[in-house]
Amino acid sequence: MQKTSKELRDIRSNTKLKFKSSRIMICSGTGCTSSKSDKILEELKKKGKELGSDVIIEKTGCFGFCAKGPIIVIEPEQTFYEMVKVEDSEDIIKAVISGTKVERLMPSENDKFIQKWHELNFYNKQKRVALKNCGYINPEDIDEYIAVDGYLALEKVLTGLTKNEVINTVLESGLRGRGGAGFPTGKKWQFTAASKSDVKYVCCNADEGDPGAFMDRSILEGDPHSVLEAMAIAGYAIGSNQGYIYVRAEYPIAVERLKIAIKQAKKYGLLGKNILGTDFDFDIELRLGAGAFVCGEETALMNSIEGKRGEPRPRPPFPAVKGLFAKPTLLNNVETYANVCQIILNGSEWFSSIGTNTSKGTKVFALGGNINNVGLVEVPMGTTLREIVYDIGGGIPGGKKFKAAQTGGPSGGCIPNQHLDTPIDYESLTQIGSMMGSGGLIVMDETKCMVNIAKFFLEFTVDESCGKCPSCRIGTKRMLEILTRITEGKGKVEDIDRLEKLANVIKNASLCGLGQTAPNPVLSTLKYFRDEYVDHIENKNCAAGECKALTKVIINPEKCKECGICQKNCPTNAIMGEVRKGPFEIDQTKCIKCKVCVAKCPFKAIS
Amino acid sequence: MEEAKKMINLTIDGKKVSVEEGTSILEAARKIDIDVPTLCFLKEINEVGNCRMCLVEIEGVRGYKTSCVYPAEEGMVVRTNTKDLIETKREVLQLILSAHDKKCLSCVRNTNCRLQDLCKKFEIEDYDYEGEMPEAILDDASECIVRNTAKCILCRRCVNVCKKVQGVSAISVMNRGFKSRVGVALNMSIKKSTCVGCGQCIIHCPVGALTEKSNVKELKEALADSKKHVVIQTAPSVRAAIGEEFGMPIGSLVTGKMVAALRKIGFDRVFDTDLGADITIMEEATEFISRLKNGGKLPMITSCSSGWITFAEKFYPEQLENLSTAKSPMEILGTLIKTYYAAKMNIDPKDIYSVALMPCSAKKAEIVRDELKLDNGLQAVDNVVTTREMARMLKESNIDLAMLDDEDFDEPLGEATGAGHIFGTTGGVMEAALRSVSYLLDGTEIENVEFNAIRGSKNIKEAEIQIAGKTHKIAVAQSLASVSQVLDEIKNGTSKYSFIEVMTCPGGCINGGGQPLVNEYKASKVDVISLRAKALYVADKEAKYRRSHENPNVKLIYEKFLGEPNGKKSHELLHTKYNKQDVYVD
Repeated sequence: MQKTSKELRDIRSNTKLKFKSSRIMICSGTGCTSSKSDKILEELKKKGKELGSDVIIEKTGCFGFCAKGPIIVIEPEQTFYEMVKVEDSEDIIKAVISGTKVERLMPSENDKFIQKWHELNFYNKQKRVALKNCGYINPEDIDEYIAVDGYLALEKVLTGLTKNEVINTVLESGLRGRGGAGFPTGKKWQFTAASKSDVKYVCCNADEGDPGAFMDRSILEGDPHSVLEAMAIAGYAIGSNQGYIYVRAEYPIAVERLKIAIKQAKKYGLLGKNILGTDFDFDIELRLGAGAFVCGEETALMNSIEGKRGEPRPRPPFPAVKGLFAKPTLLNNVETYANVCQIILNGSEWFSSIGTNTSKGTKVFALGGNINNVGLVEVPMGTTLREIVYDIGGGIPGGKKFKAAQTGGPSGGCIPNQHLDTPIDYESLTQIGSMMGSGGLIVMDETKCMVNIAKFFLEFTVDESCGKCPSCRIGTKRMLEILTRITEGKGKVEDIDRLEKLANVIKNASLCGLGQTAPNPVLSTLKYFRDEYVDHIENKNCAAGECKALTKVIINPEKCKECGICQKNCPTNAIMGEVRKGPFEIDQTKCIKCKVCVAKCPFKAIS
Repeated sequence: MEEAKKMINLTIDGKKVSVEEGTSILEAARKIDIDVPTLCFLKEINEVGNCRMCLVEIEGVRGYKTSCVYPAEEGMVVRTNTKDLIETKREVLQLILSAHDKKCLSCVRNTNCRLQDLCKKFEIEDYDYEGEMPEAILDDASECIVRNTAKCILCRRCVNVCKKVQGVSAISVMNRGFKSRVGVALNMSIKKSTCVGCGQCIIHCPVGALTEKSNVKELKEALADSKKHVVIQTAPSVRAAIGEEFGMPIGSLVTGKMVAALRKIGFDRVFDTDLGADITIMEEATEFISRLKNGGKLPMITSCSSGWITFAEKFYPEQLENLSTAKSPMEILGTLIKTYYAAKMNIDPKDIYSVALMPCSAKKAEIVRDELKLDNGLQAVDNVVTTREMARMLKESNIDLAMLDDEDFDEPLGEATGAGHIFGTTGGVMEAALRSVSYLLDGTEIENVEFNAIRGSKNIKEAEIQIAGKTHKIAVAQSLASVSQVLDEIKNGTSKYSFIEVMTCPGGCINGGGQPLVNEYKASKVDVISLRAKALYVADKEAKYRRSHENPNVKLIYEKFLGEPNGKKSHELLHTKYNKQDVYVD
């Protein structure tokens, strides 16, 4: 049934009342679901019923603190429970009934329980704009979205703003594309609006592909309506009636939530014909991608939607002129859209007051690698890497030293210690040889070999190259071959020059962004960790010990107590000797450098 | 009146040039004779920007741009030859070479290869990168086409010619990254695909990844066998093109030299397929009249073009009744060689080795068709060699065709008419038929034998003709993608035509898959198709007879051997039937 503005207002105020009552919100994002949060939800509901509690038990989106998942928050007190198990369900319900807390599930910092989730250090320096509703509302209930001023921005736009006013608001906010390249979003809208055509399209790029990145997935899982609403606003602004969301098929939860959200929005008449009684029509369809990284490139994405081979088209023509099905097309990333409604509601000045001179607002990062607080964080632009790694991320596990942070995925670079205080914005990251990218942030400690890291990213690009142009198709392959050679101890002195030469050719001659940025992981590691390359090539040594061909596991005869534990644990029978008959020795021809012996030796005699 | 297009002024390498709005930088450069290197570009067919060899610098624009797809803009300042640009391209070329099977000396495209040209241009002195090679797949199961992925540089010209020009899409790019290759669905041989054997992929391949299936070895053995009576027939279009292989200008008509060369290399008789074409006209025109008179299936569609027959059998099996049942001129002449000629000369047809010199790769599959076999089980034609293959053979035998004096075809299958000559170009079959149809109907001779409406390079041409006081619409279609439009009209019942000529290749046989290769840059400067067509129209004009029914040989053959056109004997010998062909079946 199509809702009027008044009916939406009623839903809003009624559902707000619901928010005042007791609610158990359990994360139902992919991370917590894989730690059985779905089972916990079932159990909670079962126990709730058994114990006769009327507490509302709902799924919600990602809280971000994935290292501590599954996570539950009790509203309205905002009590935070971490690493919850199915068996904890009964105690949680009982605590809600009795108005107490399950202390064993609560986080503590400096020996004090943290009472509200936002008080955790992890959240201290964060500012949630795009993730505003994740962890607060049930993503499968449109009423809850409406209650947090959902579809109010669309109403404001359709009933009070001209197309130009909408575009100008986005333009003045300073919002830039969150997919990686950082093109001013308002300009994109302006260009597409200026193209004359009977049909135009609004596309959402949800083909998140950087290894370890899950920003867009979390937004879609936790707050799908915010994207739908923003797309409808974009449709109004540029003169389009049809939207497409291109989402990876490997995101089953996100796909399901999107399907539910679209269905609900259609039911309320917030998508479809004559939205909110105006003459504006807008519909959205889903298109599932098969998981090719290159389909995150805008023209390849459009090819894929059209049913063609997912590979980039030359530009010009730009999508704003000739995009999907040869019609003017606006394409923005999920996180970009997730900011739009907030900008419309709070104004461009509010948004542009966050961030730095050239980069406004916040950025969501998927924090991973050798870091204590693995998870999803949203920080104002201008926050330094050090703040993210140490204050939010909680530093490096095991007291190890920080070596580098990788941003921008396979298109980005590795940022070393000396640049830890770089404020995060588009320009600064590019200046130090990396890039913003879509938000993957992988922290590496001193045990990581940077040649090996470069090789890892190159392997990814070689696999994901579409194969259209020779510089990327063959060039990245040849680079990988050289890197492999180096990590296997077969590197030649001239290999570094070759890598640099190849990198420049691939950068300058490739057809699309994937190819043009593919050499970045190599270039940035060469820039900051050249010594490691030289060490691999000239001394046949991998100081970090990751390149197996270049490491030797040796038993120090002076420390060896001849106990034989190492020998028992060696999977390849590479350790020679007999108990109490002299120090043991490793047969290097049999050793596979698994280092089980290193870990097992009680006397730290092996290294 | 059409509005004149806006002109754009730009500067390329310091030279000013003015081009129509929408022109690419590459074409603007070519206009002032700057040959920006390309490997993949094919105008309107493969404008994809794959090969990166056409990169240019544009003042004020970040990064190098792909000139083949980048539109020229007013005031643009373009450089095609800066040091960095040349260095970048050399490296890209090195990368291509590192994944290319570089057995140039044993490659059929040696000295006629765009990749070699560029190696020379960029002074490649050594191979800089070594590494894994792409998977080498040799697909030689087809009678027409051999594909070798080891030589492929993935420019995709073949893919897009097959798709856009022919509407066949037998090949496409599969897998991705370094594993990308041009392949056939389900990893089958191209033989089992929708391929019609036209060879347009071959003539557009810049390297040696696509070639015709060669049967030259067999031919050489037959020529050396003294027990074999080896005869050859030559298709109309070969005489308008084979001279190019011997350094003669495009469009040279070398009929006499060709006959001399073939005789020199050892053929016992040199016959003219054009005579087969004249007989085709007698049969086809008579069939058309009979369909008109007796309410037969209309429109009737010509059946000379081998690729077209396969296309119809694979794509439009429900339209097969529209096809004329007359065999192709090659098969008609081949049949006459092993029946009429053999009897006349008192030679056992089994001792005749009948060769056809064709502009076409599809003809190689035609000769092995079961339904075209003679009663005694023999093939009417034993071997088809393409123009290119014959040129190579002649060169191997130290025969420089260009230097020979003209000689005449052998009788009784030698003299043909102008109508037969123009079979080699689009519109020619229809024009030849129109020259005879009235005569065959009621003995009326038409005055003007030249039908300009159906000449020229348009994909679909139309005309109206008067037959027995009634107006009929006819059409001439070339390139199978365009032919499909005409066929779809028949399918939908909206076709307004009575008679349609179809040729598989753009321009007809003169631009067939077996013809001499012209590199893309040269082809952008000269209109190869119309120059070759012009040669055939000259041959027509100079011919003693210009109407098939006037040909004394034709008269004699009907009088002494066949009886009436479309009569019992000609039906037995010169007509065939068509069958639906399944594709992608193991």
